[in-house]
Amino acid sequence: MKYIKQFGIILAVSFVGELLKYFIHLPIPASIYGLVIMLLLLATKIIRIEQVKDTGSYLLEIMPIMFIPAAVGLITMWDELKSLWLPLSIITILTTVIVMVTAGRVTQFIIRMEKRRKE
Amino acid sequence: MKELLSSSTYFGVLISLMGYGLGLILKRKFKKTIFNPLLVSIIFVMSALLVLGVDYESYNSGAKYLSYFLTPATVCLAIPLYQQLELLKGNYRAILGGIVSGALASFVSVFALAKLFGLNHEQYVTLLPKSITTAIGMGVSQELGGIVTITVAVIIITGVLGNIMAELVCKLFRIEEPVAKGIALGTSSHAIGTVKAMELGEVEGAMSSLAIAVTGLVTVLGASFFANLM
Repeated sequence: MKYIKQFGIILAVSFVGELLKYFIHLPIPASIYGLVIMLLLLATKIIRIEQVKDTGSYLLEIMPIMFIPAAVGLITMWDELKSLWLPLSIITILTTVIVMVTAGRVTQFIIRMEKRRKE
Repeated sequence: MKELLSSSTYFGVLISLMGYGLGLILKRKFKKTIFNPLLVSIIFVMSALLVLGVDYESYNSGAKYLSYFLTPATVCLAIPLYQQLELLKGNYRAILGGIVSGALASFVSVFALAKLFGLNHEQYVTLLPKSITTAIGMGVSQELGGIVTITVAVIIITGVLGNIMAELVCKLFRIEEPVAKGIALGTSSHAIGTVKAMELGEVEGAMSSLAIAVTGLVTVLGASFFANLM
């Protein structure tokens, strides 16, 4: 019973996310609306964490395998990619590193600055 | 054999799981970053499909049930985020500052490199949403007049690259604070990077989840401005 109820709550929130996506014309997927709704429901204690935690942890644990089908789908895109593969690869690798370093270093810089100020 | 596999409902899911299992075994045995379970499983499944002569459509007719769970799983990212809500409140300036500068760095670096490689406007806007989650990125690309299938490909490759390189990049550039590691992953490589962040720790996972949503939003707001630059 426990897992049925928990899965039901998670799917209900996903469904409300779909409804929002249908009515709001922005390029925002149902999953992101759902994430925000779930966070609000938890923060306002309308849903207690125990009511979604077990099924939620299970879904999060198996989440990596959910990306496999889409990534394997890259093999069908080769024809479109092959004329551009070199610039695309270089741009993708470089920008990924640049964004990761910028976001991480700026966050760390502000955290440590605020820590020093408090001391 | 080929017909049997192509018509099977479970073959797609099973071979994906086998690939991931193999990745986990290789990772445990060799302890090398390159044996990333996600990367190993992708290469394993691609090779298996080519060797067995099964086309992607047939594979995906079963494997799509894995993708089906992506939305509910993303909704569940709210759970670790909720558990770290105090940390989020205490560090909101650092978190917002990090995400916004990351999103800007993405725009600027894509712009500069697109100029360098002489890409045209269509190719440039195709790459602009490369760091954000697939569904938002597709929408942005479409709106700007990009080539949506290439955007999807680049987004997935970005996610997998972020997932593989995260530990090395954090070490090289001395990103040590768990909050900063999470923000770095979520901002640069969306949900696929977040999976790695969750492996690193609860704080990292929560912050990375938050960064997916906020980076997506910032990118939606900023993309049309940057699209007009070229």
